[in-house]
Amino acid sequence: MPGEAVAIVGASGSGKSTLLGLLAGLDTPSSGQVQLDGADLFGLDEDGRAALRARLLGFVFQSFQLLPALSAVENVMLPLELAGEAGAADRAAKMLSRVGLGERLRHYPKTLSGGEQQRVALARAFVTQPKLLLADEPTGNLDAATGAGVIELMFEMNAEAHTTLVLVTHDEAIAGRCRRKIRLVAGRIDGEG
Amino acid sequence: MLRLALRMLLRDARAGELRVLALGLVLAVGGIASVAFFADRVRQALTREAHQVLGADVLMTADHAWTPEFRDEIARRGLSRAESMNFVSMARAGNETLLAAVKAVSPGYPLRGKLRIAPGLNVPDSDTDAVPPRGMVWLDERMMAALKVGRGDAIEVGRARFRVGAVLTLEPDRGVSFMNFAPRLMVRLEDLPATGLVQPGSRINYQLLAAGEREGIRQFEQWARARLGRGERIDSLENARPEVRAGLDRAQSFLGLTAMLAVVLSAVAIALGTRRYTQRHLDGYAVMRCMGASQSQLFALFTWEFLWLALAASLAGCVLGFGVQTLVAWWLAALIPGTLPPPGLSPVLQGAATGFVLLLGFALPPLLQLKEVPALRVIRRDVGPPRQGALAVYIMGLAAVFGLLLWHAGELKLASYVFGGFAAAFGLSAAIAYGALRLIGRFGRTGSVSWRYGLANLLRRPHANAVQIVAIAVGLTAILLLTMIRGDLLDAWRERVPPDAPDRFLVNIQPEQRQALSEFLERNGVERLQAFPMVRARLVAINGKPVGAEDYSEERAKRQIEREFNVTYLSALPADNKLTEGAWFGAGDLARGAVSIEHWIAERFGIRIGDTLEFLSAGRSFSAPVTSVRTLDWGSMRPNFFFITTPALLESFPASYISSFHAPAGDALLTLRLSQAFPNLTVIDVSVILRQLQFVMDQLIGAVQLVFLFALGAGVLVLYAALLATQDERTHEAAVMRALGASRAQVLAAQRAEFAVLGAIAGLLGSFGATAIGWTLATRVFQLDFIWDGWVWLAGPALGVACVVLNAWAGARAALGRPPIAALREAS
Repeated sequence: MPGEAVAIVGASGSGKSTLLGLLAGLDTPSSGQVQLDGADLFGLDEDGRAALRARLLGFVFQSFQLLPALSAVENVMLPLELAGEAGAADRAAKMLSRVGLGERLRHYPKTLSGGEQQRVALARAFVTQPKLLLADEPTGNLDAATGAGVIELMFEMNAEAHTTLVLVTHDEAIAGRCRRKIRLVAGRIDGEG
Repeated sequence: MLRLALRMLLRDARAGELRVLALGLVLAVGGIASVAFFADRVRQALTREAHQVLGADVLMTADHAWTPEFRDEIARRGLSRAESMNFVSMARAGNETLLAAVKAVSPGYPLRGKLRIAPGLNVPDSDTDAVPPRGMVWLDERMMAALKVGRGDAIEVGRARFRVGAVLTLEPDRGVSFMNFAPRLMVRLEDLPATGLVQPGSRINYQLLAAGEREGIRQFEQWARARLGRGERIDSLENARPEVRAGLDRAQSFLGLTAMLAVVLSAVAIALGTRRYTQRHLDGYAVMRCMGASQSQLFALFTWEFLWLALAASLAGCVLGFGVQTLVAWWLAALIPGTLPPPGLSPVLQGAATGFVLLLGFALPPLLQLKEVPALRVIRRDVGPPRQGALAVYIMGLAAVFGLLLWHAGELKLASYVFGGFAAAFGLSAAIAYGALRLIGRFGRTGSVSWRYGLANLLRRPHANAVQIVAIAVGLTAILLLTMIRGDLLDAWRERVPPDAPDRFLVNIQPEQRQALSEFLERNGVERLQAFPMVRARLVAINGKPVGAEDYSEERAKRQIEREFNVTYLSALPADNKLTEGAWFGAGDLARGAVSIEHWIAERFGIRIGDTLEFLSAGRSFSAPVTSVRTLDWGSMRPNFFFITTPALLESFPASYISSFHAPAGDALLTLRLSQAFPNLTVIDVSVILRQLQFVMDQLIGAVQLVFLFALGAGVLVLYAALLATQDERTHEAAVMRALGASRAQVLAAQRAEFAVLGAIAGLLGSFGATAIGWTLATRVFQLDFIWDGWVWLAGPALGVACVVLNAWAGARAALGRPPIAALREAS
């Protein structure tokens, strides 16, 4: 449902990230299929899936995954430019201001703190106005206070953009903020609530 | 600690952490070892080749029969032995008679090289291990033609009658000496007494030849030298024909240069490998610090690990090098006539030592840097070692490279030129690369997103990219330099004996004959005969102090000082001569009188500019100061003079003239007609010698090319290693772009754009560097004319783009072939 937030929880190694990778079409399943916005994800080739990602998906990773060679604003511009959209620089700058980094547009990832890097990643994820945001342990590499700030920001932006959020976490408190919670045990859904 | 280090090495190796470094090192040592192995074998072959010029490893010559003492000693030491006797005598066949240079040889002659014979004139010849059988003689082509004899015809020498057995087409040891001016007649030594030509007082040249393994020969030569009597001498490689020696020296310079290029290329590969290794080990280091390891403990641990690595990689490299050179030697066996001698052990030591020095020179400084990693990095990944200037880190590496260059070159000048060339190319390249990137960044930001991102990527890490461009430029410089040297320097070298080089010398031309002779030759297709006046004179005093054989210790100097030199007088410097010191005759010199002398002679007799030389010619003396020193081109086959004076000084002395010309092809009897028309002339046919010289040169060039081919391969490998160094990063970035929705085409195009620009800049720099170094080597080291090659400027960028794009294509395929999630996980 648009705007819905789903948490995927489970112990380390239970298959949370694998599930997320499959949902995004970053990994290929040995069997089964994934429907994304009405399209059979694995009925498409790699480039087809990439095009779908460009159109529909936003990502937030545990380890940020910013391109070190690009400045903050260039990292945020990248998905827009890849999709061939206009006004990338303005939209990226606006989005960075939204995450509180309006003063750090030209900074490179290595000169930003972990929290700041994750904010850039959030800006990059939301700048394309995706229908679905996939977040893989977004606070996993951050201390508690910083992590809480990032989560707060993510939920705010999610609500503003009416994006569907799928959040992988092992933090029950964060999971509790989502409407639905899917628990994985050894690769299987153990419970939903 | 040693064992722990070994375990760490094995763990790192298993984890694939050492792949690039170890591969770089193995390739480096392998490259150096194979070049060294091959160069060692080729060098041995060259030495053997040069020994063919003597026909032996040691050639002993005397004007009387050798005592049994020497013969027995050769046998006693287990060396092989042969003998020959040389003299001039008349030979008769039918109504024709001719002065022949008779050579009587024992079976086994020559000990080095082979005779070639043919069954008749203008019939293909072939190698033979035999000497003329009893009752037979072998004649050279000129003799066959002049005596009008064929195979099986009778010929008389002295009181004996022989039959013609074959046409002698090549003697490996036929040098330029008066004896050889006459056509050759070869006979078996046992047949000589029957001729009755060996009488007391006959002018006969007795030669004793010995050959065998190197140490035995060296010891025998030492033994024999101590026992030489009057009129006895030993020829070894050192005083063999100067033009061959010059060829050998130059070939060895080329081989040394190739080894040096391998050293520089290896250094680049190892520097790149170490950089990757230390970057990947920052975390592990911090973790170990957390677990309580001290800095010195860790430093020792890593040092030992690297030493183990050096040992393992050097061994592997030597094995690889041996294997590859065996393959190359086998594959190219047809190019090198005869079998290559087996390789020695020294390349193994060379390779291993090079591996250790390179690894320590380039790995230790970054390791020292690793020591500074704070334990805090465990928590904060952005905390790394304090940054230092690249020069400070690699100063040890540079010192190591220079040491190795010096060691391999064995010559400070050559090592300095190559090192300086590369250092300058490095510094300049880095600066130009950085500038070019900035420029492109400013003006190149239009076009598709992939193109712009490719360029932006280049610009956004200008330092790293400048370094990478330089690394690739070094590889390209080496490749272009090697191809340029092969193409241009070897051409220049080969041209020293052009196909139309003079092959006949005319000696004893009387002044009044010059006109008639010139006309005769013109009628026979020879144009513009240039004749040099020649006055025979003995050098009797230097700066007023009389000189004689007793003043010199060198054998050759003793001989020369007692004989007459051929002195010429000229007002213009001959074209093939080059001044090394002083100035050519000026107006003042021409009025006062002056001498120009040859470089080696100046060295041999200790003559300097300004010294006054006094000569004696036909009872009259003349003296003049030395105003210049020249080098001669021995390959030119034109009359060369050790001493040239100003005309006024010598014009009043009785002189004959000397000249040389190239005989028109197909006119085998020109020499004969010439001798009939001008009976007083001595015609020296050097075509056989020329042919032999050309053959030796071709062999040398072939060998040099083989070794070059190999260094060229090493250059390509280093290029690959340089690009591999950023492979991780690129794979990861490709995955992130894929996750953000980039298509394959977009990822590929971005990388292609980036690499194409990178390759083009590197290629241009490579062209520049290679041209600069090539010019320096040609003009300053090898004294050849540098041929400006415009193609290099196209080949460099083309090669750069091709190599880099090809590699990027392969790398991107590898990066795109895996699910993006794998690359993303690896990075996190």
